[in-house]
Amino acid sequence: MTIKFDNVYINQTSTVTGPYEAKGRLNKFFDKSYDDLYFGMKTFEQAETKSINDAIDILFRKANINKFQIDAFIGGDLSNQIAASNYAMEKINTPFIGIYAACSTSTLGLILGANLINSGADKIVTFTSSHNNAAEKQFRYPIEYGGPKPKTTTFTSTGAAAALLSSKKEGIKIESGTIGKVVNLDIKDVYNMGAVMAPAAADTIYSHLQDTGRTIDYYDLVLTGDLGIYGMNILKDFMLNSYAIELNKYNDTGVMLYDRDKQPVYAGASGPVCAPLVTYGYIFEQMKQKKLKKVLLVATGALMNTTMVNQKLTIPAISHAISLEVSK
Amino acid sequence: MEKNKYKDIVDENTPKENVFYDCLIAFITGGIMGVIGQYLIEFYTVILNVPTKSAAVCMLVTLIFISCLFTSLGFFDKWVNFCKCGLIIPITGFAHATMSAALDYKKEGLVTGIGANMLKLSGTVIIFGVVSSWVFSMIRMVVGLI
Repeated sequence: MTIKFDNVYINQTSTVTGPYEAKGRLNKFFDKSYDDLYFGMKTFEQAETKSINDAIDILFRKANINKFQIDAFIGGDLSNQIAASNYAMEKINTPFIGIYAACSTSTLGLILGANLINSGADKIVTFTSSHNNAAEKQFRYPIEYGGPKPKTTTFTSTGAAAALLSSKKEGIKIESGTIGKVVNLDIKDVYNMGAVMAPAAADTIYSHLQDTGRTIDYYDLVLTGDLGIYGMNILKDFMLNSYAIELNKYNDTGVMLYDRDKQPVYAGASGPVCAPLVTYGYIFEQMKQKKLKKVLLVATGALMNTTMVNQKLTIPAISHAISLEVSK
Repeated sequence: MEKNKYKDIVDENTPKENVFYDCLIAFITGGIMGVIGQYLIEFYTVILNVPTKSAAVCMLVTLIFISCLFTSLGFFDKWVNFCKCGLIIPITGFAHATMSAALDYKKEGLVTGIGANMLKLSGTVIIFGVVSSWVFSMIRMVVGLI
């Protein structure tokens, strides 16, 4: 399902990261980076909450607004019951919609926010966060265990990102959004999330092109969420085999966020904050300089549940896409 | 796309793990661990005059203590990552798994945190260690009777 938006703009964005991202390739595009993983808090879970509050504070300062001007917040993260977002919102005391779509939460939030703007809301803030250690602890082994992992593993990024949406003609235009389907092609390897998510991305890209009647060349760049380097290749092969679409102007935020040559991040970055960290910083800068005019952002999420995986079920995935344009 | 066809695409794009190199590293580091263990036993028997049987226990306790300490100091995970099964299989791996889980949950309370989660990884080792030791002693008993 693709929805076209007439007058929705991302006016302002903010990004907060942890130390690993600050050592990555895109470090100069972040608003704030912390040197350690605690962000001055007692636990990693509380640090994640802190990063959301930081991102919102920076967003308010950059856009010169306050919380009373915001109609609603839309946000989510990876933690159980999206705890990080809920606890961050406790301090804001403004209407809030909590969402979960794993690592595709960012684009789902933008689609929902754009819809609210279209139906009359004035200002909406969407945000997402993730924290490497909080996610490792919840989904994998204890943090200090550090057991050996296969090359296809992705590294959950740390940080938070927020975006201010309104109908004011400023910043980047959200032209349309495609809501994805849950896709499951029988992959049960929790260390190969790229393979889990690639079919969902392919499905969403194809649906988007079908719904809008466009070809893939319409976009200056197709940007997937966090497939990692191997997932990227799988998606290219998948698109070519299934839909005879060749992905040429294509990149993956998971591959872009870190310096894979120097940092031990295996296949690349992942996490709900991975796609917005790259997009809000680096990609928007490119768009403002008119180097890129039309970008299709396809954030991908593996809907992994450790209980279901232990019950030998395969992992479903989802992907939501938004089409971004430079506002004229 | 059919699931089988997709599996082929995934297999084609999945990098091969360097099994030979990993095994070699594990063999060498695991061997070094064995040498260290033997030197510890010698140390306890020759220098501290501990009986050989107790010296083995003293060696295990020393290795457990050292790996727990290194885990807490925060660099043992990097060693495990490099040595792989060379450090995971010996008693150091067991101690490390227990300690790292305890560290993860220490801020969630003594009982609900550390107590409930400390054996999250290593609990399996204890359970199946006991089960397999029972099985093997049964086999030994039966063989002894013949």
